[in-house]
Amino acid sequence: MLIRRASLLALLFFASSLHAELQIEINQGLDNPTPIAVVPFGWQGLGAAPEDVAQIIDSDLVRSGQFAPVSRRDMLSYPTRETDMYFRDWRAISAEYVLIGQVTLGTQIRIDFQLFDTTRQMAIDSGTVTGPVTELRMLSHRVSDAVYERLTGISGAFATRLLYVSVTRNPDAKDFYRLTLADSDGQRPIVLLEGRDPILSPSWSPDGQEVAYVSFETSRPAIYRQNLRTGAREQLTNFQGLNNSPAWSPDGNTMALVLSKDGNPDIYLLNLTSRALTRLTRHFSIDTEPTWMPDGKSLLFTSDRGGRPQIYRYDLRTKKIERITFEGTFNARARVAQDGRNVALVHQRDGRYHIAVLDLVTDRLTVLTETSLDESPSIAPNGSIVLYATKRGQDSILAAVAVDGGVRFSLPAREGSVQEPAWSPYETP
Amino acid sequence: MTKSTLYAKWISLVFAAFFLAACSGNDTKEAAAAAAAAAAAEEQAAQEAAAEEAEQQAQVKAQEGREAAAADVGTVFYFEFDSSSLTEDARAQVDAHIQALLGNNDSVRLEGHTDERGTREYNLALGERRANAVRDYMVANGLPSYRIETISYGEENPVAYGSGESNWQQNRRVELK
Repeated sequence: MLIRRASLLALLFFASSLHAELQIEINQGLDNPTPIAVVPFGWQGLGAAPEDVAQIIDSDLVRSGQFAPVSRRDMLSYPTRETDMYFRDWRAISAEYVLIGQVTLGTQIRIDFQLFDTTRQMAIDSGTVTGPVTELRMLSHRVSDAVYERLTGISGAFATRLLYVSVTRNPDAKDFYRLTLADSDGQRPIVLLEGRDPILSPSWSPDGQEVAYVSFETSRPAIYRQNLRTGAREQLTNFQGLNNSPAWSPDGNTMALVLSKDGNPDIYLLNLTSRALTRLTRHFSIDTEPTWMPDGKSLLFTSDRGGRPQIYRYDLRTKKIERITFEGTFNARARVAQDGRNVALVHQRDGRYHIAVLDLVTDRLTVLTETSLDESPSIAPNGSIVLYATKRGQDSILAAVAVDGGVRFSLPAREGSVQEPAWSPYETP
Repeated sequence: MTKSTLYAKWISLVFAAFFLAACSGNDTKEAAAAAAAAAAAEEQAAQEAAAEEAEQQAQVKAQEGREAAAADVGTVFYFEFDSSSLTEDARAQVDAHIQALLGNNDSVRLEGHTDERGTREYNLALGERRANAVRDYMVANGLPSYRIETISYGEENPVAYGSGESNWQQNRRVELK
């Protein structure tokens, strides 16, 4: 009886999470991806291993578009320790790199891993990650991050999370909205908020512990913050008119936002400690979509003060505003990479809306996508990938493209639409 | 004439009749004349009441007519792409609603919407511009602003889910609720 109830509960949870769950389709990888063999990891613990750690790492590396996996069926041996490694087994199947490891269950769970270069016939990296059993998938992503960084020289962004809004269409009544949190591979979706009223503009606190968003649950828009650990939730604004686009400052003390309480949309700063509100822009045009430069000294925002929407920069010290986009008649909703150089934005060309990257050093704008209704770009914390929303048929799906345009994948929902992705920062525990 | 002044008239008439009855020991001729005068006044009051009722009914009927006309033109006003100016058609629709609203005390909520093109937050601002354009037009035509609430949903809650102008034009709208 008890078992039956448990399985029913599991089924219910599975059914409800299905709505928000993402699938991954690789659309384009590099021409010459590096062959790497991720050997099934050893398991030391009671029963079967709760997750196939090697499979999680393998999928991460494939999704990056820079690696070609070696099928397990082609492997001649399954070493889990250095003493069992025979390099000829791997050269025979043209694997340039081999990753092996063991998972050990104690009071916590531990993954030990070792990375080998088969050409040089030596271990080139090794490491250990430890954490609670429930975080085994996230620990596996941390191994992916280590391997990725060792082989590409760029920090990995696999052990991160995605925030997005999923919408179930309802032609006869109001649509159904869910604010969902998932791992960077779309797995383990958790619904943070759901209801028939729109949810918009999800964004992260710089430490990755909190999220902010707009909810219409009071029948008017208001900005909320929600702590992911404690679940504590607080309404931050409830002004007449627009309350949207919350954007945390890099130091976490201030939130930039858009209010139209004084007549038309302007950018404001809300001090999260004193609750003092400072108005930054004063213009009869639309000023919206603020986002911080990583140094916290200036903000970018969208304004149609020049007649059409373009990106402007507000310098907090000099209070000067300068326009930074000049190509085309529509550039909006900028997001800046951690290096402060690449700005992802929505760019209109021939009536179609694409994701583009503006290099602030060369002032060069590069269009990255070919689809026509692309929006809401969000840059991975390592600066390498832009996640965005686009339309497929009547549904919105998430898609990703490398900043250099080389790699593409999409993340459609199993059911319904997904929109407004926000890639988490690296979490500071 | 209001209802309360009508009542006052009736009461004074009744009071006069009592007074006359109390004076019954005096000249009966005078009393009869007074009674006749009272009866005439009573008849006049009744006529006035009937006229007022007729006028009220006519007013109610006219207001019902204006509200029916407003209902006929519908509660959804459409806009051109990237524009918050009321079209000729939309203005005629809003005019009908203004006429109806000037005759009652209803409060209205104007919900601004856009099509899916462009960015969501910019579209929230554009939806607000559309709702405000309808509000400003209503206020300019005599409707007090405290009776009007505006809200923007941007591109959320579309009427038509598909892409292309045939869907988009259904979504660029202000809904009166």
